[in-house]
Amino acid sequence: MSDEPIVQMTGIRKDFTGVRALDGVDFTLRPGEIHAVMGENGAGKSTLIKVLTGVHTPDAGQIRLDGRPVRFHSPGAAQAAGISTVYQEVNLTDNLSVAENLFAGREPRLGPFINFRAMRRKARALLDDIGIDLNVAAPLSSYSIAMQQLVAISRAVDIEAKVLILDEPTSSLDRDEVAVLLGVMRRLAAQGTAMVFISHFLEQVYEISDRMTVLRNGKLVGEWATANLPESALIGHMLGREAATLEQIERAVAAHRVADEAPLVTATGLGRKGSIAPYDLDVHRGEVVGLAGLLGSGRTETVRLIAGADRADSGELRFEGGKVGGHNPRTAAARGIAFCPENRKTEGLVGDLTVGENMILAMQAARGWARSIPVARRDRIVAEFIEKLGIRPADPDMPVKNLSGGNQQKVLLARWMIIEPKLLILDEPTRGIDVGAKADIQRLVAELSGEGMAVLFVSAELDEVTRLSDRIAVLRDRELIAVLESEADMTTERIVDTIVAGGKND
Amino acid sequence: MTSASTPAKARGGANPYLKRLMWPLAVLVALIVVNIAVTGFDFIVPSVNDDRLGGAFVNILRRSAPLLLVSLGMTLVIATKGIDLSVGAVYAIGAAIACQMIIDAENQSAPGLIFAAVALALVVTGVIGAWNGTMVAYFGIQPIVATLILMIAGRGIAQLVTGGQIPKVQDSSPFTELGRGAILTVPVPIVIAALVLLLLALLTRRTALGMLLESVGGNPEASRLAGIRSKGITVLVYLVCGLCAGLAGLIGAANLGSADANNGGLWIELDAILAVVIGGTALLGGRFFLLGTTIGVVIIGTLEDTIINVGLSSQWQFTAKAIVVFVVALLQSPEFRAWILKPFKRKPETPAPAPAEEVLAK
Repeated sequence: MSDEPIVQMTGIRKDFTGVRALDGVDFTLRPGEIHAVMGENGAGKSTLIKVLTGVHTPDAGQIRLDGRPVRFHSPGAAQAAGISTVYQEVNLTDNLSVAENLFAGREPRLGPFINFRAMRRKARALLDDIGIDLNVAAPLSSYSIAMQQLVAISRAVDIEAKVLILDEPTSSLDRDEVAVLLGVMRRLAAQGTAMVFISHFLEQVYEISDRMTVLRNGKLVGEWATANLPESALIGHMLGREAATLEQIERAVAAHRVADEAPLVTATGLGRKGSIAPYDLDVHRGEVVGLAGLLGSGRTETVRLIAGADRADSGELRFEGGKVGGHNPRTAAARGIAFCPENRKTEGLVGDLTVGENMILAMQAARGWARSIPVARRDRIVAEFIEKLGIRPADPDMPVKNLSGGNQQKVLLARWMIIEPKLLILDEPTRGIDVGAKADIQRLVAELSGEGMAVLFVSAELDEVTRLSDRIAVLRDRELIAVLESEADMTTERIVDTIVAGGKND
Repeated sequence: MTSASTPAKARGGANPYLKRLMWPLAVLVALIVVNIAVTGFDFIVPSVNDDRLGGAFVNILRRSAPLLLVSLGMTLVIATKGIDLSVGAVYAIGAAIACQMIIDAENQSAPGLIFAAVALALVVTGVIGAWNGTMVAYFGIQPIVATLILMIAGRGIAQLVTGGQIPKVQDSSPFTELGRGAILTVPVPIVIAALVLLLLALLTRRTALGMLLESVGGNPEASRLAGIRSKGITVLVYLVCGLCAGLAGLIGAANLGSADANNGGLWIELDAILAVVIGGTALLGGRFFLLGTTIGVVIIGTLEDTIINVGLSSQWQFTAKAIVVFVVALLQSPEFRAWILKPFKRKPETPAPAPAEEVLAK
């Protein structure tokens, strides 16, 4: 393993309107190494990769490839320079043969014709080299996703890839398939290919990677040799402690929860195959229950079952003591369960509609189309909530897509606050928004629970979860592994310990 | 899609509706100006003969009424991210049912018969629309496929109704008044189309239907999570679209005095989609503009006359239509506007409408 880096990125900065996605990040990749880039959602992993592969151009900083400064303006340019990417979804052509997929666009030719015999021969040689055994004449679709992924990797390797980026390649694979994939990666590393590995499966990262770079909130936390970074330290680095810029919110836990009252929501053995293992969870009035865990641990999946966004295939949900049947978002809203989904743009807001329209959407949906909310009443409600939540610009007629992330989140919150729900489910409400809006939303959550609303709060930031929650449900590998109840447990360290310990048990 | 990239300029008190309508309106005005320049003010000023309004422009409006009805229904369907290819066939079915029922009767002038024929045609076309909507909303069939079925089968149904003949209604039958008559000097087709426009505008904008439609079309998943009953709304919209197409068929048949199962309303679905797009409603769904569609229909109608008036042969019709669509599409594209306005980047909101006229003058 030579120490001369093949890729060296220094001081990379990338801004998107109003948000600094990368802030002075360094990244070094050496030949023959498998380098994991770690971080939570929004940490800047994907932006870093996109800068390296030419999807984004950096606003500042330098990229050196083989010691020479380079600047990629398109993914094609990066690929021509020897940087190939294999994505989670295989982007090959299903109905062509394996060989055709391997050589698409660079087929061996015989005059103007494709030399299929040579192509099949070269394909077999290539796959032998990598160590997988496939019928190269069979259509790609006849093989599993894992095999297709390996074909994609083989293709990338054969196009003289010096650097191979694997973005969540294992997320749709089963255990044996993962083993094959990791085997191939090892073989490639031995041949000198440098690989960037992105995965939220810590086990695999520890098994395969030589080195890790950890990002948090667009900043570099550090680079470590995998052997020198224990799992607990890694999780600590990834989740981190929020800088003290946020206003401290007083924890008035005891005052919130009405102890002797029956829970508002009780989930018993609630689960959904392939999404979240059956879990038990209850939420009381005036209580904030936080959900903590790493990316992909099942936080979102847990709350989506309670919200009626996904259908549970096992267990039982009780709300206000009664069994909930035929659960869907509409009946959930009618019961008083409000759900602000994780992805504001694709699942939350209707971008073309105005701020005001987005705010009254849930209320209007509950009334049906025939019973329009009178204009005067509507204007009053919208103005009230724009004022109350401090939405800027305070223009109810502006298309919501023109607002910043923080203001969009407030619009989404307003939509549900208007119908005065009994249970408010917030999935990553503070992700990707500026610090001011973050503090506003945290304060609001504390306020609402103080008024007796039950809140389920999902966040990747442990600091935020510990500060706001009365109790914390901890998840790992799509399983709810513990509910932390005592005041002493409300620390980031306890959560990290729980996640790590949860992993050792199985 | 094109979210977030829109400049934060959409404010400044300007009604977003008027902004959207500005470009189609500019093209329509340009067309009218060209016609006035060639044929004089008689083109636009209505004349009154035989107690009814006449003149070139009024005739354009009268002839455009069926297309307008179909296009209004289509606008709502497109707002839900859908499309209805069957409107031409439904037009033919509406026409066929009414005409066949009238000629089968002894007295083709009995008011009760006319009423029943019209009602039956509307009920059947409404049911067909609802069927389309059901396939889309409840069976999850892609709109283009679901409505393609009836686009093909519909003309067959119309042929079965007419027994393969072209039923001719007596000219004395009051049914023909639907296409040829006048109320207070205004041609009946214009009155009906205007009433339907008003009715749909009220239905969508006075109730919450319009907003919920735009929500479902703009972001189906967000709408589901907000608790909107999108299936019922979708069926309703296709039902309205079927009704509009049926009504258009009645007017068309009344005007001709006959129902041609094969050629009645042929290709009207394409003109309707065209009018909707010209009017500023995106095929991706979301925001819809009934008034924009209306302008689009009048543009298409005016264009046909313009070609004759400027002395081009009628063979130019399709090409000219394509050019207009091209120009309107370009004008509506933010990328194109930004590109063309780059040299004049002082005040961002003063574009020159000149290119439209130039291209049309060719």
